Amino acid sequence: MELKDKLVSSFLAFENHINVDSKVHDIRSEAIKTFENEGFPSKKDENWKYTSLKSILKHDYSVFPKQEKALEYKDVKQYFIHDIDTYKIVFIDGKYSSHLSQTTHDKIDVCLMSSALEKPKYELIIENYFNKIAAKDSLAVLNTAFSREGAYIHIPKNQLVNKPIQIVHFSTGNEVALMLQPRNLIVVEENSHVQIIERHQSLTDNPVLTNSVTEIFANKRAIVDYYKLQNDKHKASLVDNTYIDQKRESLCSVHTFSFGGKLTRNNLNFFQNGERIDSTMKGITIIGDKQHVDHNTLVHHIEPNCESHQDYKGIFGDQSTGVFNGKVVVEKEAQKTNAFQANNNILLSDKATINTKPQLEIFADDVKCSHGCTIGQLDESALFYMRSRGIPKKEAKALLMYAFSNNVLNSVKIPELKHRITKLIAHKLGINIGFDL
Amino acid sequence: MSKYTEDDLREELKTTEYEYGFYTDIESETFPIGLNEEIVRAISKKKEEPQWMTDWRLEAFSVWKKIKEPEWANVKYTKPDFQAISYYSAPNSKPKYDSLDEVDPELLATFKKLGISLDEQKKLAGVAMDVVIDSVSVATTFKKTLGEKGIIFCSISEAIKEHPELVKKYIGSVVPQKDNFYAALNSAVFSDGSFCYIPKGVRCPMELSTYFRINQAGTGQFERTLVIADKGSYVSYLEGCTAPSRDENQLHAAVVELIALDEAEIKYSTVQNWYPGNAEGKGGVFNFVTKRGLCETNAKISWTQVETGSAVTWKYPSCILKGDNSVGEFYSIAVTNNHQQADTGTKMIHLGKNTKSTIISKGISAGKSQNSYRGLVQINSRADNARNFSQCDSLLMGNECGAHTFPYIEVKNKKAQIEHEATTSKIGEDQIFYCNQRGIDTEKAIALIVNGFSKEVLNKLPMEFAVEAQKLLEISLEGSVG
Repeated sequence: MELKDKLVSSFLAFENHINVDSKVHDIRSEAIKTFENEGFPSKKDENWKYTSLKSILKHDYSVFPKQEKALEYKDVKQYFIHDIDTYKIVFIDGKYSSHLSQTTHDKIDVCLMSSALEKPKYELIIENYFNKIAAKDSLAVLNTAFSREGAYIHIPKNQLVNKPIQIVHFSTGNEVALMLQPRNLIVVEENSHVQIIERHQSLTDNPVLTNSVTEIFANKRAIVDYYKLQNDKHKASLVDNTYIDQKRESLCSVHTFSFGGKLTRNNLNFFQNGERIDSTMKGITIIGDKQHVDHNTLVHHIEPNCESHQDYKGIFGDQSTGVFNGKVVVEKEAQKTNAFQANNNILLSDKATINTKPQLEIFADDVKCSHGCTIGQLDESALFYMRSRGIPKKEAKALLMYAFSNNVLNSVKIPELKHRITKLIAHKLGINIGFDL
Repeated sequence: MSKYTEDDLREELKTTEYEYGFYTDIESETFPIGLNEEIVRAISKKKEEPQWMTDWRLEAFSVWKKIKEPEWANVKYTKPDFQAISYYSAPNSKPKYDSLDEVDPELLATFKKLGISLDEQKKLAGVAMDVVIDSVSVATTFKKTLGEKGIIFCSISEAIKEHPELVKKYIGSVVPQKDNFYAALNSAVFSDGSFCYIPKGVRCPMELSTYFRINQAGTGQFERTLVIADKGSYVSYLEGCTAPSRDENQLHAAVVELIALDEAEIKYSTVQNWYPGNAEGKGGVFNFVTKRGLCETNAKISWTQVETGSAVTWKYPSCILKGDNSVGEFYSIAVTNNHQQADTGTKMIHLGKNTKSTIISKGISAGKSQNSYRGLVQINSRADNARNFSQCDSLLMGNECGAHTFPYIEVKNKKAQIEHEATTSKIGEDQIFYCNQRGIDTEKAIALIVNGFSKEVLNKLPMEFAVEAQKLLEISLEGSVG
């Protein structure tokens, strides 16, 4: 059976497990109808011109994992940022693992989407925020239809969250092929500050397809730092849909580090609903084999005096494919906008491909918008310089690639995470670097 | 002296009517409206074409029936009714004159108004003109001089009759009939156009030039241009357009094919000033053009365009860099004002090794217009050391217009080097103030700044065109800055 039909028919089974008499369920039913009409996107869609889902949709994914499997912390410790204290929301095969998690309701809410959807005390928040900014494209509505579990984070006014929050999804390989659809909702009220790290990790080579939707609301003067670590096994694929709604003077940044996975698609959307907003999107992609990473970003400048910064670096080896599709829309009212977009790529192999499409759509005249995009190789003379000073070729190359991606690392605000990523990059480039960046 | 305000400028602009909007009253022979196989046959018969050409047209027509109009471009317009257009019209006074004196005086007067008086051009500029007025060539000058060098420069219908081997070999080789909707339409019904062949090793001694005009009401114009530069030759080809003022939308779907064989160089410059519609966005020409060039080894094709007219422009002059070491260039200024919409850019397809391409695109939008750059740079896996540099700058005037960039970059070779940059900005108040301070009024200052903004492209135009282009920029933009 085609995956689409399977999903549509399993919606009925899904309804047996949930409360069907809620407002949320009306949204779900609406969503499944939209999905049934649209189906999965194909290469004919302009937004999916360079990314084909065909190869990952052919597996017979289980939509509901049958049994739970417990994991010992020591076995999966390496996948956490474990050297600092953090809140943790951990899921194993899509099911919440209280054993590994560390949640809180003290002043702030770091808990589960399922409880937020069911408990009456969250009703108002769900009504105000749930599914308000997620796009109506087929993958996002598919997630909406099956939205049930995920992370729910609510930071009330004037709170500085004292430690980062980690959201980790493990898949154990208990199923032959597994499809996960986590749904996250993050609401950050006025003057609050939060740091979040998200990771998807499969523990075996069984294929996993994750279709995740995250809605983030940053109210007045809120600061949200979001880090996405994508270093999964080569059979795992991820479609990440993130929507961020910013109010005035808020500051949001999303860093995406894509090193692993078979196919990774990041749909990152920023909506600036207020003045003097700052949005930052940065990413490092280092892939090889037949991996495919697609960054699809949108910044919608709606009001005046806002800024957006995009900086994506990619290093592509073997037969890998990189896609960057960045779009900046500046509305007529959004005067004095300052939008910057950069996409730099290095191709290491003749079989690697880069497709990039940085777009600007500008309707206001008093703006400063620019984008730059380069594709090239490592500088031969710089390589020669280092080699003539006794640095082996491999290391010299790695150093150059390091330096190339350094810009993005600079703005990572959690030192331990930065350290971890440095190590990951070094590992990815196959060298030992004797210092931290 | 009272201050010359923005309102004054706007007022003046409104009252400045389209300068070239006049209508020449020449009796035309027009086919019944609509398009079917009979019409295609009739056009072919009218042009006294051989059987292979008729078949070729019919093949294109059958393809055209199957494909849909493209909708991906960032333009909005009411689609023309292709069955409400007459596909053939020719000036009635019979063509072929030995000297200019024999040409219909009314026609000559038309050219005078356009500022392209033939005799003047002949004497001063040394430009050979193949004047196309509503599809049929009525005057070809300097043919003799060119003939001595072995250069063939004539109308395409003449070429079909006299040089069938060349036409048959190359027509449709770069832009196949099934390429796109408008190319298929053009292939089926093209009425005339220019043909140019430069023999091996010949450097064409003068700029070849064609002026197009849409004249007959309700007549679509379907030009077909074919330029072949044989090994080691060089040619610079100019194309310029002005069209009379009309209220109903007129359709222009041309196809231009350039073939640069080994070591040849073609420079193709266009100034396009079709009627853009009035200030309310009524009327104006639809310009749906397919232009493409093929470069063999060491060849070079350079496109330069100044687009100021047309209500809707849909145009992507492209280069297929097939041979090793070939070079493609694209220099463009697109100006849109009032309700004009332009979606223009280029495609650079790198197939050969060491191929180079440069893209410089300047978009200027004013009034309520929308101006888009859409380009593709494609480096194929065999194209080692391919190099591309693209720069797209947009200038916005007023807060009701839009500027958009849609660059597609596809790279499959690790030795390729690509740079792309785009900026969007407006004319700074400080810049205007600086000029005002020095006694330059606002209008002149704008012209000055716009000229500076587009200098890189204007510089690429041949002398005769550069002057006209500068004038056009000024006319199209007067008073659009706040």
